[in-house]
Amino acid sequence: MTNAEILAKLKEKYPNAVVDVPELIDFTVAIEPSALAEVAAFLRDECGLDYMADVTAVDRPERFEVVYHLYSIKDKTSEPFVLKVYLEDKENPTVASVTPLWKGADFQEREVYDLMGINFEGHPYLKRILLWEGFPGHPLRKDFENRTFTYEELKPTRPTEPDLM
Amino acid sequence: MSEEEMIEEQLKNNIFLTTVDAVYNWGRKGSVWPVMFGLACCAIEMIGAASARYDFSRFGMEIMRASPRQADLMIVAGTVVHKMAPQVLRIYNQMPEPKYVLAMGTCATSGGPFPGYAVLQGIDEILPVDVYVPGCPPRPEALMQGFMKLHDDIMKQSIKTVSWYQKEEPA
Repeated sequence: MTNAEILAKLKEKYPNAVVDVPELIDFTVAIEPSALAEVAAFLRDECGLDYMADVTAVDRPERFEVVYHLYSIKDKTSEPFVLKVYLEDKENPTVASVTPLWKGADFQEREVYDLMGINFEGHPYLKRILLWEGFPGHPLRKDFENRTFTYEELKPTRPTEPDLM
Repeated sequence: MSEEEMIEEQLKNNIFLTTVDAVYNWGRKGSVWPVMFGLACCAIEMIGAASARYDFSRFGMEIMRASPRQADLMIVAGTVVHKMAPQVLRIYNQMPEPKYVLAMGTCATSGGPFPGYAVLQGIDEILPVDVYVPGCPPRPEALMQGFMKLHDDIMKQSIKTVSWYQKEEPA
């Protein structure tokens, strides 16, 4: 099934879910965040998109975008079907987790949570993956001031490990 | 033959006079064992320095100890990120005295090309560094120059004043 066919099928099944089809290099479809769990399950089960290659996120001035790159192993697709959700809430961006559908999303959603601060509802273990719990801020956000830290400065933010020294 | 003549005769036959410090330090500098531990690309050069072409076993340091408890020298080879820093400190704290630290490469020296949130800006923030080896990464020759500088430092120490033989804990 080509990406255009998938989009047509998606529009037929969920007429209100598609919010935007931006003209980008990759075939991109933006959908309603509240419909993500349902649409993702539909894409996996009905449209053959059985492989979730990437989860990432973009920090725009007015919103966050969470981006999913979907492929089909079964149909041997080489072009990604890029699924996006626009999260207007800059204070507390939250979206449903797709880990129950694609196991490969687990660590990638944790990375997005860690570096971009997006909450994935329904994720089995939403903890920071690269930085430690307690690190001040989310470094990939545009409002994060990238500066150097001293060891002493970060020491109080670390989890206490009594056997460390 | 008088006693003095005997001594003089003996001195001609392979008896040398030296100081305790010189012998003691000569022995120590010829058996500095590094911890087997690398953090980034500098570790590749360190491995290069260990293997046949450069071969730092010529300095008596052929055994890279896998346990810090059997090592004298810590070669901090690579970028120390903040997440790794407590573990680096932990390895250092497990080493017995006398112990030395060699900061290999720009990253371990000053953070190098990574002035960001993730990277410790120089290992000397948390460890007492004896030798800094510049380079990105330093070639094996540079690392061995660093070893020789360390040997010079070891030769300058005196058994009377080194901290690990003092009754009081060093500050």
